[in-house]
Amino acid sequence: MILTIARKEFRSLFAVPSTWLLLGSLQFIFAWFFLARLDAFLQVQAQLAQIGNAPGATLSVAVPLFGTLAIILMMLVPAFTMRLLAEEKRNQTLVLLMASPVSASQIVLGKFVGLMLFLLLIVASCTMMVVSLAAGTQLDVGLLLSNALGVLLLASNYAALGLYISSLTSQPVVAAIASLAALFGLWLIEVSALDNDNALHLFTPTSHFQNFNIGLLNSTDLVYFLVFLITFLLLTIRRVNNSRIYG
Amino acid sequence: MSVAAPLTLSARNLIRRSGRHEIIRDISLELRHGEVLGLLGHNGAGKSTTMQMLAGALSPQSGQIIICGHDMICKPELAKAHIGFLPETPPLYREMRVDDFLLFAAKLHRVLPTQITHYLSETKRRCGLQNSGNKIIGTLSKGYQQRVGIAQAIIHQPEVIILDEPTVGLDPSQIRDIRALIRELGDTHSVILSTHLLSEVASICDRVEIIHHGRLIYSDSSEQMQQYGYQPGFIVTLLAPPTLAELQAIEGVQQVEPLSDTQFRILYAANTPPSTGSDPGSKLLELAAQHGWQAKQLVPLQARLEDVFMQITQDEEERV
Repeated sequence: MILTIARKEFRSLFAVPSTWLLLGSLQFIFAWFFLARLDAFLQVQAQLAQIGNAPGATLSVAVPLFGTLAIILMMLVPAFTMRLLAEEKRNQTLVLLMASPVSASQIVLGKFVGLMLFLLLIVASCTMMVVSLAAGTQLDVGLLLSNALGVLLLASNYAALGLYISSLTSQPVVAAIASLAALFGLWLIEVSALDNDNALHLFTPTSHFQNFNIGLLNSTDLVYFLVFLITFLLLTIRRVNNSRIYG
Repeated sequence: MSVAAPLTLSARNLIRRSGRHEIIRDISLELRHGEVLGLLGHNGAGKSTTMQMLAGALSPQSGQIIICGHDMICKPELAKAHIGFLPETPPLYREMRVDDFLLFAAKLHRVLPTQITHYLSETKRRCGLQNSGNKIIGTLSKGYQQRVGIAQAIIHQPEVIILDEPTVGLDPSQIRDIRALIRELGDTHSVILSTHLLSEVASICDRVEIIHHGRLIYSDSSEQMQQYGYQPGFIVTLLAPPTLAELQAIEGVQQVEPLSDTQFRILYAANTPPSTGSDPGSKLLELAAQHGWQAKQLVPLQARLEDVFMQITQDEEERV
């Protein structure tokens, strides 16, 4: 049942031309950034080769690329989460799901999985670009995988938060602006905490992503992401359930 | 509809509040297999809220709903599998194709993969959507969107079909088609529909419940409802009318009311025997022939459902 809803969400995304346009322009931006980094790397490669334990292509190209992807996702995810529940409420289509033999958790998880499939596509396309370097050099697979995993976890957190905010209102635009504000706020907290051991870093998803970004797999970060994810999914399920009671 | 037909839906003592205000006060309904129930009421009387509660989209603050033996509150998934619901605004994803949408609705209601294509073609045939399968829902006209809305409610062949104003916004020929469809569905399923159109009640409903201010105030078969407060009488047109006193003097006539120079509304006692020759109508025609009143037209009074409905709601208000 979750998969039925997920598949429908995924297909609906591709029914509107703006999704294709967005995917295309994102790919263009990534490619541009990727080539610029690659170009910079090639220019200094000769000097780098002279120092021992020099940073490789993965560190110089993939790491900044995924860092950018993390920032772009912050602005991108609210644009997709806004429609998930808010638009259904505005168009009064949520009744179809509410009157069907599916539970609130199946509705919420279905929508979440559907969006994650789409975000996975974006992350995968970015990863493939880096993988193409394997034709010319040896890649640091571990670093690449930890980056991909980190970005996916970050995206899932953004999606869960956006989904929750989308369940609070019946105006998609309000949902988009509110989610963007929330994500931007979290990011500002991270930026404002200058020193590395500031306690505020504990609370922001982006600073936990930093560890994944440099290839550091830390169980604390993993737990943080999972707790964040589960909290907001549970809040959303509760909210959808309550809409039966409060109308 | 026989009384022995199994109960498919029973709702008991439903109450729903919004803040301190009670929208639905103690509504109880029963529906049997093969029955079409019409829910009537003014705007804001609580029809849509009641139907949403029956369909499980809203939950009542207290009360019990049992669909085909499954409790809506304890086992919502089992109960809802037996319900097809068309809300006031059809819940359509405008960007989807008709076929995709109907398949999605079928899967949501746990139709088995082996049956799904059969159910889809059967439903499209019933709703007259055979040629619209590939069209995008957003591009369809209002009437066709309504058909898709009905199709999603019946695709899983539910026992109980709940339709909230199914014919609103349709043109007359579409209304006729949809009514025929509802009538057809009513033979094999149980249907609840809400409507403002009283002619709809007369043509398709077996039973009528009237909701007024969140309470059921009247419940009877639709034929019985048309008899409510019925007073026998007729309107007669006499081109050369006699005086009112002469008409009043006819045996059995209770009241004569001139509508114009030549038209009169004549009411007679309800217990006057209707057999030919002795009722006031025949007598009047006889006298008209004898005295040259030039009778042109005699129309028996028919209780209009609108009047009956107004009368029932007004009677209720007076009682309160």
